[in-house]
Amino acid sequence: MPVKITMPALSPTMEEGNLSKWFVKEGDKVNLGDVIAEIETDKATMEIEAVDEGTLAKIVIPAGTQKIKVNSVIALLVEEAENQAMPKQMARPSDVRGVRMFSSPLARRLAAQAGIDIASIPTSGPHGRLIKRDVEAALKGENNAAFAAKSDSAVSLALSDDAVLKLFTPGEYEIIPHDAMRKTIASRLIESKQTVPHFYVTVDCELDALLELRSCINRAASMKKTDDGSMPAYKVSVNDMIIKSVALALKEIPDANVSWLDSSMLRHAHADIGVAVAIPNGLITPIVRHADEKSLQTISNEMKYLIKRARQRKLKPEEYQGGSTAVSNMGMFGIKKFSAILNPPQATIFAIGAGKERPIVRDGSIKAATVMSVTISADHRVVDGALAAELAQTFKKLIENPLAILV
Amino acid sequence: MSIVYDVIVIGSGPGGYVTAIRAAQLGFKTAVVEREHLGGICLNWGCIPTKALLRSGEIKHFAEHAKEYGLKLKGSISADIEDVVARSRRVSGRLNSGVGFLMKKNKIDVIWGEAKLTQGMVGGKSVQIIVGKPSKLAMQPQHPVPKGILGSGTYEAKHVIVATGARPKTLPGIEPDGKLIWTYFEAMVPQTIPKSLVIIGSGAIGIEFASFYNAMGTEVTVIELLAQIMPVEDAEISAFARKQLEKRGIRILTGIKVDKVDKTNSSIIAHVEVEGKMQTISAERLISAVGVQGNIENIGLEVLDIRTERGCIVIDEWGCTNVPGIYAIGDVAGPPMLAHKAEKEGVICVEKIAGLKTVHPLDKRKVPSCTYCVPQLASVGLTEAKAREIGYEILIGRYSFAVNGKAIALGEDQGLVKTIFDKKTGQLLGAHMVGSEVTELIQGFVVAMNLETTEEELMHTVFPHPTLSEMMKESVLDAYGIALNV
Repeated sequence: MPVKITMPALSPTMEEGNLSKWFVKEGDKVNLGDVIAEIETDKATMEIEAVDEGTLAKIVIPAGTQKIKVNSVIALLVEEAENQAMPKQMARPSDVRGVRMFSSPLARRLAAQAGIDIASIPTSGPHGRLIKRDVEAALKGENNAAFAAKSDSAVSLALSDDAVLKLFTPGEYEIIPHDAMRKTIASRLIESKQTVPHFYVTVDCELDALLELRSCINRAASMKKTDDGSMPAYKVSVNDMIIKSVALALKEIPDANVSWLDSSMLRHAHADIGVAVAIPNGLITPIVRHADEKSLQTISNEMKYLIKRARQRKLKPEEYQGGSTAVSNMGMFGIKKFSAILNPPQATIFAIGAGKERPIVRDGSIKAATVMSVTISADHRVVDGALAAELAQTFKKLIENPLAILV
Repeated sequence: MSIVYDVIVIGSGPGGYVTAIRAAQLGFKTAVVEREHLGGICLNWGCIPTKALLRSGEIKHFAEHAKEYGLKLKGSISADIEDVVARSRRVSGRLNSGVGFLMKKNKIDVIWGEAKLTQGMVGGKSVQIIVGKPSKLAMQPQHPVPKGILGSGTYEAKHVIVATGARPKTLPGIEPDGKLIWTYFEAMVPQTIPKSLVIIGSGAIGIEFASFYNAMGTEVTVIELLAQIMPVEDAEISAFARKQLEKRGIRILTGIKVDKVDKTNSSIIAHVEVEGKMQTISAERLISAVGVQGNIENIGLEVLDIRTERGCIVIDEWGCTNVPGIYAIGDVAGPPMLAHKAEKEGVICVEKIAGLKTVHPLDKRKVPSCTYCVPQLASVGLTEAKAREIGYEILIGRYSFAVNGKAIALGEDQGLVKTIFDKKTGQLLGAHMVGSEVTELIQGFVVAMNLETTEEELMHTVFPHPTLSEMMKESVLDAYGIALNV
């Protein structure tokens, strides 16, 4: 019996993914643990390792195929001896699929002739049956350069691709196809900006006490021996302290630690903080779970690990999905202040500006202080203005009296 | 006026009454307006009574050929036309009262009279119709008017579905007079069997009457303007049918225009042009069967600016007209003018109104068509010519009744089953049949087509032996050069 290699689920909620690369070809010998293919989901790229040994008899889903349903057969592996006996009919994906997919014979044949997997085509027949017009629609879409954009209505623009192209001189631009992450960013943010009523509150926080505390903490770090000599056991960043402050602020104002559902509202028991990480050609927000309960050192080390994996595009969906709020920090770029787009189901997002020395007036005299502007974007369906203001004040209080975040 | 209906259907023909039942099933408060006969032309003056007449003709034919089956008949068989017609009317009457029962069972109000649309959906108001006395006399004999009907008055509904059907088209100079020049109405209730008959038009209606009167012993001449009889059918099938009809003694003239028709006291003289020469054909009666036209007049379409085109109401794929709240289905909404197409359009229309998710527009290419002449014709999908015109590379399968066991046993060994496949995909593009009982066979191919089977599944299907249906399988096999019994 050939062994079926199926599309893995990278998270419990994952329904489909793209097969970006095959590292082996038909006839190759595969050993246990060999990396055989690369799977791309909306935000992560994962490598599939072989869990059986044998010869790759058949690649069922070619590289570059998009929207492959989880558990569909993507390849067949046979043990050495039975390689010869590999039946030809196995080439038809619908026959070897674990889950039965209903499709009309004509639809199957059209799809096979066009070389597309029937599992990748949205169906419109009775009880989800794939019929001729579905395949024809899929084919029509794929012949069109704008297929990806069109298939995802959330991303489609008022101007058609052709209309935009007409505005520019051919040869004076380069066409860069969207990757999965770009499409996800586009559709998620359009959805958020169009469906979530955003509003913004800005507060200035004095940073001097926090900066002072940070150097104390980092000075106190014990040294750890490594191959290259020795290095501190931790190095807490301002951002780590902001993450912790946001978490504690939400813990203090539980009414703002919420998510909107059509039927109800979720109030979260913990503060899971998404942290926006810029990576080449995109961005991703890994989540520090239960940040309210974690020490600065833990948060700091966890962030370093998440950022590294994010840059390698190795994050698993459960590492970046969900969260009750997010922190987007552009301080390192010298940005004074900005406002961020919410990432549902998060009801707030903290846009952190640069900490700069600014003149402040205190007790009637002008003084210099390091000030950072923070803008909270809030989902007005669940967080009203006064509540957002209270959250901003609480955050400011924690930042300006940072010993509280050590307790 | 007390109630606002959810749905009012104007016309209780096969399209209208079925639409009303489906609407009632979906929970709509429904009424149907009828001016003459529940069941419309189909039940009262069309499909059904003609099938009864043709059956009499068929039995007569069998009796006349009893000897071929080893049976001796004492004396001779002759038609008593009065009884033949009476049986046809009884069959119609039974179904007519059946529709009345269905209306009652589904709590559908029957409003008796002629409806006129007076007001569209203005400012959220309902559509309004005024039902008045019929503008024309009912065709006689009329079945009894059902009990418990509502009468003339103003009625309102959120949705009004126009299903007024069609009536015979007439040619100038050949207007039916009910005596010498008939339409299907008079042809269905003859008092005597004419010795000779000219039928203008060789569509389903013309050809079926040709078969019936031929069986009754009338000398029949069919005159068709176009080059082939039953012009919408596949040319090969049509030619096959023509030979069979001619063998039975029907004279068929194609590509011929009737210039004019003169009338005497008891006969007609048709002036036709054959190969450039004028000829005359005399007959006792003439049936004008040159097609049907939509009943779009006197129903208030002009008042509400409802768009019509070529004598039919213009609708979208859900039956919507250009005026919100007003819909049209069936013959009045355009060809193919077939009862089963009307019925399906009506169901789609109300299901769409109800917002059902499973509703899909009708694919007219998958609407079968049946003609009940002898031999019968049945078809679905593209003809060979049409498939080539579209640009398909096709495979054609043929199987003859002459080599089918059941057909030979029945003594019905003249017929043909033709299948047309797309060579590239194996899609069944068309199926065309001529021969005994093919009208009952075609549905096998219609189901196959709707399930989007390819030749492969049809080849995998086991057909019972011995049946005429085996020819369907053999025809499919023949398209791929592997017919078994040839």
